[in-house]
Amino acid sequence: MKSAAILFTIFAFCPVAQPQQIVVGSKKFTESYVLGEIAKTALQNAGFTVEHKQGMGGTIILWEALRGGKIALYPEYTGTIAEEILKTTQPLSTAEMRALLRQKGVGMTGELGFSNTYALVMQRDRAAKLGIRKISDLRNHPELNIGVTHEFLDRQDGWAPLSARYGLQMHNVRGIDHALGYAALANGSIELKDAYSTDAKIAENNLIVLDDDLHFFPQYKAVFLYRLGTDHRAVAALEKLAGTLDETRMTRLNAEAERTKNYGLAAALYFGEKPKRLAGELVGKIGRWTWRHLELVGASLVLAVVAGIPLGIRASRPGAISDFILAASGVIQTIPSLALLALLVPLPFFGISPATAIFALFLYSLLPIVRNTATGLQDIPAAVRESAAALGLEPHAQLWKVFLPLASRTILAGIKTSAIINVGTATLAALIGVGGLGEPIISGLNLNDYRTILQGAIPAALLALLVQFVFDGLDRVIIPKGLRLKQ
Amino acid sequence: MIELESVSKKFGATIALHETDLCIDARRTTVLIGPSGCGKSTILRLIIGLLEPTTGTIRIEGQPVSASNVLALRRRIGYVIQEGGLFAHLTAAQNVLLMAKHLKQPAGQMQTRLRELCELTHFPENALTRYPVELSGGQRQRVSLMRALMLQPSVLLLDEPLGALDPMVRARLQDELKEIFERLQQTIVLVTHDMAEAGFFANLIVLLNEGRVVQTGTLDDLRTRPASTFVRDFLHAQRGLAAI
Repeated sequence: MKSAAILFTIFAFCPVAQPQQIVVGSKKFTESYVLGEIAKTALQNAGFTVEHKQGMGGTIILWEALRGGKIALYPEYTGTIAEEILKTTQPLSTAEMRALLRQKGVGMTGELGFSNTYALVMQRDRAAKLGIRKISDLRNHPELNIGVTHEFLDRQDGWAPLSARYGLQMHNVRGIDHALGYAALANGSIELKDAYSTDAKIAENNLIVLDDDLHFFPQYKAVFLYRLGTDHRAVAALEKLAGTLDETRMTRLNAEAERTKNYGLAAALYFGEKPKRLAGELVGKIGRWTWRHLELVGASLVLAVVAGIPLGIRASRPGAISDFILAASGVIQTIPSLALLALLVPLPFFGISPATAIFALFLYSLLPIVRNTATGLQDIPAAVRESAAALGLEPHAQLWKVFLPLASRTILAGIKTSAIINVGTATLAALIGVGGLGEPIISGLNLNDYRTILQGAIPAALLALLVQFVFDGLDRVIIPKGLRLKQ
Repeated sequence: MIELESVSKKFGATIALHETDLCIDARRTTVLIGPSGCGKSTILRLIIGLLEPTTGTIRIEGQPVSASNVLALRRRIGYVIQEGGLFAHLTAAQNVLLMAKHLKQPAGQMQTRLRELCELTHFPENALTRYPVELSGGQRQRVSLMRALMLQPSVLLLDEPLGALDPMVRARLQDELKEIFERLQQTIVLVTHDMAEAGFFANLIVLLNEGRVVQTGTLDDLRTRPASTFVRDFLHAQRGLAAI
């Protein structure tokens, strides 16, 4: 008993067995969050308990937190270290930089691989209109509305020295939050902002990076800064990350993080594994996408049935109007879906909304329903038509009690065709931000990531099968028994 | 009584029926006969308002047929066609009862009438729940006849009702149909191209050719006093006639 207590005491105070808590910090922008998550995962894999304090603030706050021991490490950029932390104007070699940092009690890992430099960005069409391609072109446009991050406004390698180097005298410069700045840029309240060159938003928002023709911005290579005295196994785990992240990969991770707002997921993508807890999230997401998909398909199909059957009834009678109805619904079918969406978006009422997607899908659903309704009615034998009329049924009663039931198989086949085509076409709704199973397909295409594509493509294919199955069941309910019997 | 007064029918440039005056007696069986395209079916379709006459007036029991009363008139006329024209999505009973249900007749009255009709047409009651595809050709024509008679019409129009049946079934149905006609004592107009059938049913035969009435009379009249060489040729062309 006594020896057991001694053993317990030894184990309890043994430094090897004691789990060490490591606190990782990150700055307040996507890439920093993602790098923080990557560090967290790498350290967890090395057996540490890790806390990630996301988005603590700008460089000074993170640096002070590191020096003060509130955090053990955070992702930083060499350019920022030179300009902001070491405050040198001389170019430094990596070894010199390490030596200077060591004096301040801070270590630096090897470079992760990519370089994220500062950049100035504008809306592509706005820049083209003003004839701006390089930063020196800004000299001719002192009236531009400029919104840069507060940090950039104050940095040694930021706005003031940049203006001095290029000889810019801009009248309207203000500080604005990084993420909000993109929204402001999109709606035209600002015309120019600062960005990071690996920012996923640049491609996403169709922005142009102005050419740094005087080579003002230093290279910003990502590294981790850590407190000297941090467990050497933790440092070794971080060092393993060096050289593993090129620009393409980082941009992709940023894009994934932006899209999902899930930085852990982006980090998991880096490690090529899916954390267990994400399985549930994925099911939830696929569920939401599928539900939205069904909403789009369902709403458009109901509209198409409500409009298509009456049009088909009208088109079943001979005449010019019928020819027009069939030709028009045929022509709609030939418009590429992307073009149809593009045509609808600028119209009032539509824009970027589910209504636009539903209306486009509705138009595509019309042809099979209209044509099958017309054909189904036209195929009713003359003897049956005459009999219905000769009984003394009113025309509407002939239609409801005799003709539509007799044509039900053909009409239902048209609706089924529309529904199945719609399940496929509705994936394009994601192009206008309406969601549905097209969302993972389109992000996957953009990121060249087949796994993400399959997250949308497989449920969409299953959904098409399900729709077919449901309609086969509906056949039994809707098509009268007398039409289903074999002679 | 059905009267056609200067009634003609043109389809574009084609004349289906030249100006015709015709009186069809009440409570008798009149048979319209002639070669294909002679206008006999056109007359039936004009009577029931499926076609509108190009010229002239049709009166049914003194009432001129017009767009405003055609629905009401049709409900007083039974119409049976060669293919039956049954509705494939409805059972035999549903076919027969369709109009009565549409007019919201009391259920008891409908069932009584349905049983009467089964008895009249020798249609087995247990086959009433069958769909048209499950019935034989003869049974289908019986259902078609029941449907035509459901609302107790005063006029019964039959357009080659037995034309699609094989000879054995046809012969039996001819006997039954004649018996039904005698029991009904209604104004009946039957179209056929078979002179033997015409002679078998008709109180009066109307022979048509190329959209004109060629001769009206009994079979005997036509045989003994043919109005033209066409009448004689048409009678001669009917091989089985000697057997009557």
